[in-house]
Amino acid sequence: MSATGPASRTPRPVSIASFAQMQNVRRDDERNEVEMLMPVVAEVFGNIGITKDDVDFICSGSTDYLIGGPFSFVMALDAVGVWPPRSESHVEMDGAWALYEAWVLLQEGEIDAALVYSFGRSSLGNLAEILALQLDPYYLAPLWPDPVSLAALQARALIDAGKGSEAEFAAIASRSRRDALANPKAQVANDIPADTLMQEEYVVSPLRRHTLPPITDGAAAVVLAAGDRAQEWGDRPVWITGFDHRMETHSLGARDLTSSPSTAKAAEVAGVADGPVDVAEIHAPFAHQEIILREALGLDGTVTVNPSGGPLAANPLMSAGLIRIGEAAERVRSGEARRAVAHATSGPCLQQNLVCVLEGA
Amino acid sequence: MTDQAPTDERGPVTTLATPIRLDFDFTPGIAQSKFLRGLEQGRFLGQRCPVCTKVYVPSRGSCPTDGVATTDPVELSHSGTVTTYCVVNVPFQGQSIEIPYICAQVLLDGANVSFMGLLQEIPTDQIRMGMRVEAVWVEPDELTPSLASVKYFRPKSEADADYETYKEYL
Repeated sequence: MSATGPASRTPRPVSIASFAQMQNVRRDDERNEVEMLMPVVAEVFGNIGITKDDVDFICSGSTDYLIGGPFSFVMALDAVGVWPPRSESHVEMDGAWALYEAWVLLQEGEIDAALVYSFGRSSLGNLAEILALQLDPYYLAPLWPDPVSLAALQARALIDAGKGSEAEFAAIASRSRRDALANPKAQVANDIPADTLMQEEYVVSPLRRHTLPPITDGAAAVVLAAGDRAQEWGDRPVWITGFDHRMETHSLGARDLTSSPSTAKAAEVAGVADGPVDVAEIHAPFAHQEIILREALGLDGTVTVNPSGGPLAANPLMSAGLIRIGEAAERVRSGEARRAVAHATSGPCLQQNLVCVLEGA
Repeated sequence: MTDQAPTDERGPVTTLATPIRLDFDFTPGIAQSKFLRGLEQGRFLGQRCPVCTKVYVPSRGSCPTDGVATTDPVELSHSGTVTTYCVVNVPFQGQSIEIPYICAQVLLDGANVSFMGLLQEIPTDQIRMGMRVEAVWVEPDELTPSLASVKYFRPKSEADADYETYKEYL
């Protein structure tokens, strides 16, 4: 295995050539999904001066459960314009997994560029009910456990195991939203000390409101490039040098919720420990999950985590993972980080996890 | 294997009912809102693609061919051409119209996409492709931002459209 970029665990170097995201908002009452995506797609192409005719493949991540309409991903293609007919695919997952599918296709060497996008309107339905339906349909979903309650079980287990405290959760939330003040696309950004946050009432003990992610409408897009195109499209390619995703059992009761072995395994295969990590964008929708994921990714206290504010600042479902990859890539492109790690999650209590290592030239 | 045999004389459980109902808000979007507001005024409001100049009615906000915003407003005629149709003979739950009835794709004059409408005031055996039709609207005080504002389409007393004029829209 060799690469023109940095030492890589992947057979073919692929670059994050461009990234764009929508202004994250609590609710976009005005625009439909196509109208939300169109400017994002235009921006992700415009950043590097290309058009839809320059990409060989399109892959999107979204779920119909959020907007309550069938085949919303097919309608969303209107935001790209798929004529003449295009090679296209979709995953019912966060866009980070759509990016993985496109990356696998790029590894095969038959194509050199791909558009990846995702959209999520978290505001149109009742998330507590919608997210209950991703659970085991026989034993769990009929009980309608909401995601905050499940996360609270996890946080409680973490405290009982001596791995975290409510004060640490508050410190993570306080830091994240303070960092978000520098992120113009963030939905929730403020500077509130952790001890002030600790005065809040519980939503579901031991979780207070500040430990919860906001409900967000959002969309994001990435252009992937390999071969000559990676060099042509911009002076500073950001290479994917390691990439893997893993999942754990559907049954929450069979898991140790205080650790994330799927993240640890993905990090091992992606080679996170092969070099120093400057920045990590971690998809931890609930503050306490950052503690679990830091440990699983093997990140020490020197690593800057979620400088964008992370999902506590904006959590557009189906896009928040793809945004982690985009944010991490932009830190590398700007020179702020030489080596960055991006993580995405899906499912209840960190059931499925994806890890991506990004490096500058 | 015997240890997998049902332990209850009633046999294995084969069915489990888990009722699910989800409610959603719907956001039609900027372009579709204009179309719906038009219906409320008894007008067909579409949008033109600035690249390929096709007129979409309703527009979802983008040209599906070019992937750009359809921004130029276009008001369309209330007359159009039947591009294709079917005669519905099958009863189904919630049916509000007496069968048989005609469901037609109507290409409004000036539009580049057809849309579905009910066709009435014509025996079902006389419907044909190319037939010229016009919209019949509900009473002004019954107009709403919904396609229900169009009561149905009915034949116009004019010659059928030439096949060449609508063959691209079948």
